[in-house]
Amino acid sequence: MATHNDSPITMDTFLAGIWRENPVFVMLLGMCPVLAVTNSVSNALAMGLATTFVLLCSSALVALLRHHIPKEVRIAAYIIIIATFVTVVDYVIQAVSLEVYNALGAFIQLIVVNCMILGRAEAFASRNRVGTTLVNSLGMGLGFTLALLCLGSVRELLGAGTLLGFPVFGEAFEPWVIMLLPPGGFFVLGAWLLLFAWVKEMQMKRTAHAGEASAHAR
Amino acid sequence: MSRAASLQQQPKPTSGFRLVATLGLIALFSGLLVVSVYEYTRPFIAQNQQRALEAAVLEVIPGAETRRSFVLTDTGLFPRDEAPAAGRAIYAAYDADGSLAGVALEASGRGYADVIRILYGYDPDCACIVGMTVLESRETPGLGDKIETEPHFLESLQGLEARLNAEGTGLAHRIRTVDQGEADDPWEIDGITGATISSEAIGDMIHASADAVLPRLAAHWDTLRRAAPRPDQP
Repeated sequence: MATHNDSPITMDTFLAGIWRENPVFVMLLGMCPVLAVTNSVSNALAMGLATTFVLLCSSALVALLRHHIPKEVRIAAYIIIIATFVTVVDYVIQAVSLEVYNALGAFIQLIVVNCMILGRAEAFASRNRVGTTLVNSLGMGLGFTLALLCLGSVRELLGAGTLLGFPVFGEAFEPWVIMLLPPGGFFVLGAWLLLFAWVKEMQMKRTAHAGEASAHAR
Repeated sequence: MSRAASLQQQPKPTSGFRLVATLGLIALFSGLLVVSVYEYTRPFIAQNQQRALEAAVLEVIPGAETRRSFVLTDTGLFPRDEAPAAGRAIYAAYDADGSLAGVALEASGRGYADVIRILYGYDPDCACIVGMTVLESRETPGLGDKIETEPHFLESLQGLEARLNAEGTGLAHRIRTVDQGEADDPWEIDGITGATISSEAIGDMIHASADAVLPRLAAHWDTLRRAAPRPDQP
């Protein structure tokens, strides 16, 4: 992991969260919301954005306070900070739209137990400057949102025959209700992980081949 | 104190005071942030809830244009502002001519995931339920939450018979949800396959609420009819 002290901001700082260190498909963090709220695209999107907001705010604050928080109580301090921003998001969503809140209600509070956020605070924010942390967290948040959307779109498409609420298949389509239930979450997550692992393996083979062909060891 | 401090500076552990102070400060500022966001968003949240309730009242009673809030207490029915004690909220809805279109009542009960809160409309002229909308539910998305969208279920709630028995002590028939496609009697709700518990919960809570409130409301229909807001005085 790119956690060198005060490392400079590079494109990789941002992209790490989206591909190489994707919190869901590579690090398998935050599985609770990943499996729980991805039964529709709109839920997945709202959850992803709310999580990204909490991640950005909390990791920025942790980075800002990183020299002042004693090591012994750092986890407790991170949890207070994260819980605060989750509560803020909870109120703001209620104030903005009661409909979105009713759709997500129970899961908003669950952001607090998303170990991706605590993981970012511990592994990155507490060792890097605020700017670097913000860029990295934005990448992580977007990677998380992207992963939720990957799951949400497949599950909504198969489980309800709709995408963002609009019917995709004709009347004759019989929805696979199991896709909307917890088992469906595991099935679809497993399928995506398989795909990711396969793509990675192909990439590795290709680089190995290229290395042999040019007969150059690194 | 200074000796203790100097003793603690040599090894690594931080002083207990500093640990407590750091956590205390962080908690203090977190608390301040939460309270200020709460205070700032409270009017918006209240306004949203009020608007949602208003829309819901007009939604569950077909033809309703205006509404007035009443409170049914042990001693009688009062307009909300003049109620002497807390009681059950009764939302009376009137059509464009100012005649009583029906009343909307809140009901709640245990669903599959959590307590479901609904608002249902009752029309005294046909002695029937005329509509229902879910105010709050955490039912399973895609299954239990069909109680909000399933057309045949919502349709069977319109014109659902809720007549009082001859003694006026309760409903003549028990309102209940039956299996999908098996609602034969006018007081039976056509259930939803895949949302059995949630749709049965709706039937049970409507029955419990109507059974308790309608007998007590029976004496007050004229009061409600006369209380129509006049067009010239809002």
